[in-house]
Amino acid sequence: MEKIPILKMGQFLLVTIQVDMHDRLAMALQDDLTRMISDTEAHGVLIDISSLEIVDSFIGRMLANIAAMSRVLDAQTVVVGMQPAVAITLVELGLSLPGVRTALNVDAGMELLRSSNGFRG
Amino acid sequence: MSTVPVDQRSSLGSIITQNREEILAEWLREMSGATRRSDLIKESDLRSQCTQFLSLMQSAIESGGTNFQSNAWDGVRNLLGEISKSRAQQGFTPTETAMFVLSFKRPIFRQIRQIHKSDVDNIVSETWTATELIDAMGVYTMEIYQKSREEVIRRQQEELLELSTPVVKLWDGILALPIIGTLDSARTQVVMESLLQAIVQTNSRVAIIDITGVPTVDTIVAQHLLKTVTAARLMGAECIISGVRPQIAQTIVHLGINLLDVTTKATLSAAFQVALDKAGLVLTRQTKS
Amino acid sequence: MSVLAVETIPVKTEPDVVFARRRVREVSAQLGFSLVDQTKVVTAASELARNTIIYGGGGTMQLETLNGPRNGLRLTFEDNGPGIPDIELALRDGFTTGSGLGLGLGGAKRLVSEFSVTSQVGAGTKVTITRWK
Repeated sequence: MEKIPILKMGQFLLVTIQVDMHDRLAMALQDDLTRMISDTEAHGVLIDISSLEIVDSFIGRMLANIAAMSRVLDAQTVVVGMQPAVAITLVELGLSLPGVRTALNVDAGMELLRSSNGFRG
Repeated sequence: MSTVPVDQRSSLGSIITQNREEILAEWLREMSGATRRSDLIKESDLRSQCTQFLSLMQSAIESGGTNFQSNAWDGVRNLLGEISKSRAQQGFTPTETAMFVLSFKRPIFRQIRQIHKSDVDNIVSETWTATELIDAMGVYTMEIYQKSREEVIRRQQEELLELSTPVVKLWDGILALPIIGTLDSARTQVVMESLLQAIVQTNSRVAIIDITGVPTVDTIVAQHLLKTVTAARLMGAECIISGVRPQIAQTIVHLGINLLDVTTKATLSAAFQVALDKAGLVLTRQTKS
Repeated sequence: MSVLAVETIPVKTEPDVVFARRRVREVSAQLGFSLVDQTKVVTAASELARNTIIYGGGGTMQLETLNGPRNGLRLTFEDNGPGIPDIELALRDGFTTGSGLGLGLGGAKRLVSEFSVTSQVGAGTKVTITRWK
């Protein structure tokens, strides 16, 4: 089974989701990410979904779970690049992904992570 | 001779086959009146449509009789469908479009009388068969015409909807979306799509939705606005709602509408100041010496 | 209105869900649906396909392309699973917080033009959705 690569960029982890994920792959990503945040003591996670054309309730829950688990590990999560059609569909589905911070693109996302990181002790 | 029964089906088919050129000529002459619209269709194109129609009719009658609904008549139906659709798009009136089929009656009736001479029974029954057939074709033509017109109108409505919600760039990273008129669910879809597209294209983090021009704001309109705000937020952009008049503020409180944590301002300029702040921008007045 | 084409694909494993999504995407694109409408119907299909596997024990998805005043796409998800005891409740339990165990039927319903669900406890469930262009 292929795995989604997680890159380390300084204090942050970067994940780019480009494939049409099936559920097991999504669960694997959740596990891998949580483990890596813990191992590297990362301060934040940036998830780039600009290539995702479909985000259904399962993927939505995965993103919310990742955000929640990272928070427990004292890390911020930012999801970037959601496509307009996906945003409209999620809203119609009734999913607003609470607890998940978002930004327009990777640059904006990194800026957000760094600025919230600056308030750490 | 009136006592010999004539096979209805083969008669119509052979009438067309044997007198094709004559029928074609008379048909075209029938159509040369006020409904001809030579400004919209050339003589040569009309002639080729009629010729094609006659051929298809011939083979349909030969293989499937005179039941217009049968599979044998698929070819004729397709042709009539195409002709109707293009007439509708070109701007022909319903009457002008129907005349293509209806003006076929006189030529075919004349041929029927010629073949059966004084055999009144056969003339009447053949004419009836032909009438039924041509009427069915006429009705079909009208149905397709109607569908096409409705499609044109629907598309125009969509375009109108898009034009009536322009997204304006106020500054780098700041968009404004003035909504004028009622905000129903169809409009909300268009608004969301335009706004979100603009957010991506201009890389804007802040969007000001101005509702000065929205006459009533009730729970439903508020829900539509919230949908838009939530969608923008999911993409990483923030919305400010401006143009909230005192009456609207009262309605919102009165109805118990929860605007979550959306910033709302009375005027566009107040919203713009907030937007600048969120975008990390500051306006300074020039000092003149 | 007439049915132009029908195809039935199995929905039993996770890769089936991915394939189902792709097929719905292809067909809705061919029908000329706007990008947003494509996304909506594919997402609805994804939700219902997953339901069929998780709650229905696996089943089938039938794809029908429809021709009428407007073109459309009709999807029917069928399984022989335990069925839904309270359909009203299932429709109401939406994913408001994104963390529920709800079937997501209410959410999927909002993404399509027509929606119907029939279910019998112990016999199975059938969900039909239609999206018009």
